[in-house]
Amino acid sequence: MKKIEAVIKPFKLDDVKEALSDIGVTGMTVSEVKGHGRQKGHKEIYRGAEYVVDFIPKVKLEIIVAAEMVEQVVDTICKAANTGKIGDGKIFVLPVDDVIRVRTGERGKEAI
Amino acid sequence: MNTGDTAFMMLATVLVMFMTPGLGLFYGGLVRAKNVLSTILQSFCCLGLVSLVWVFYGYSMAFGPDVAGFVGNLDWVFLKGVGIAPGPYSDTIPDLVFCAFQLMFAIITPALITGAYAERIKFTSYMLFTVLWVTFVYFPICHWVWGGGWLGSLGALDFAGGTVIHINSACAALAAALVIGKRRGYGREPIHPHNLPMTVLGGAILWVGWFGFNAGSALAADGIAALALFNTQVATGAALLAWMVAEWMKQGKPTTLGAVSGAVAGLVAITPAAGFVGPVPAIIIGLVAGVVCYLAVLLKGKLGYDDALDVVGIHGVGGVWGALATGLFASTAWNSGGADGLFYGNFHQFVIQAIGVGASIGYSFVVSFVILKVVDILLGLRVSEEEEVQGLDITQHSEIGYTN
Repeated sequence: MKKIEAVIKPFKLDDVKEALSDIGVTGMTVSEVKGHGRQKGHKEIYRGAEYVVDFIPKVKLEIIVAAEMVEQVVDTICKAANTGKIGDGKIFVLPVDDVIRVRTGERGKEAI
Repeated sequence: MNTGDTAFMMLATVLVMFMTPGLGLFYGGLVRAKNVLSTILQSFCCLGLVSLVWVFYGYSMAFGPDVAGFVGNLDWVFLKGVGIAPGPYSDTIPDLVFCAFQLMFAIITPALITGAYAERIKFTSYMLFTVLWVTFVYFPICHWVWGGGWLGSLGALDFAGGTVIHINSACAALAAALVIGKRRGYGREPIHPHNLPMTVLGGAILWVGWFGFNAGSALAADGIAALALFNTQVATGAALLAWMVAEWMKQGKPTTLGAVSGAVAGLVAITPAAGFVGPVPAIIIGLVAGVVCYLAVLLKGKLGYDDALDVVGIHGVGGVWGALATGLFASTAWNSGGADGLFYGNFHQFVIQAIGVGASIGYSFVVSFVILKVVDILLGLRVSEEEEVQGLDITQHSEIGYTN
């Protein structure tokens, strides 16, 4: 099993969510985050004084999938979140040791 | 006595009163969240402090019988002889209405200064400074121009207080910024406004109140009041656009803070000219004010003093421009009680305006500087570094503006 963490532009969240549900992803966790990569920050101007704000609002999705689905999910997110411009985000793939469904106590793939 | 004039002047008085809490919101939005209440209170508290001082001796010093052209004497302390009959300054309204109208000007002027030392002054020192400052700076300069003093006798034109209020408060603000020093972190870490919608609301309240400020300075519900009201609108609109466009050209985006700052600059600049010039010159005064005040605010960063909320750049530079522009554009075709300016063939008026500007700058800066030093020695002007970092709201007042 793998955990896929995708940091994307907030306005792309709906597109990504729909694309993922079309390929059968059943659950995800979404949080509003701030950060920057190579895009750096954005500029704010107050009475002529310019400030660079380092952290830009992004959305982070966390999805747990079976290992064989990873490529498909990553491709889907890449397509749906792509604008071709700097700041589109990043995807991280991490190993997951176990998953437990709290209600029933099921473990592993069955619990995803 | 004239009921129309009286009704109009009471309404104008109320409008000017509302400017001071409006100023509190204008300034309050510009500081960081941890100082929002202290900043608002520094304006609001002037409504209390100055009202009492005004009755005790302020009105007498500003408008009482003249002593050497410099200040009024103390014949009218505790408003002795000031009543509901018309007084020496108007035949058509009760003396008390004139007194109340002028009180509102005396209230907002020290409130304007608070923008310079915002986010770091001790509250007790602010109170002592305010009382000393209106006593030794505001009342005399008000007397010079409007109370029968030397500047008014010389023929200086100041319709609604460009010199008395704006240049005066800005010079005190510059002195305050120099004496109290920069805010901790100024120039090294970003210090952003925390609530610009609050600032826009405050700016809008100022604009509304300013109709009372300028039109009311005619002291009658007449054509000159109408001229002042109209000029106030068009000059302010012009300055709003001018600042916004100047910033747009220089920094690539039009900003809300730029627009509202431009509006205030326009209100300041048209103040001395409002009842002496025609509407087209009023627009020119506004356009120039918007650009010049924007450039002055930019220049502050290079000069290195921390006038936190730009009292000098907006009220000082706008006030000086307005006073000089009055000497350029004033026309007896619009106001036969005024004078012609340089562009109508009267160079002398421009010289008088420049003398008024120079004298008020010199007096206000020097006396304000001395008062600030005295308060610093007596009480200490500035809060401790730890209190400054925590914010004045919690350390000076034990309350906070916002809960999470």
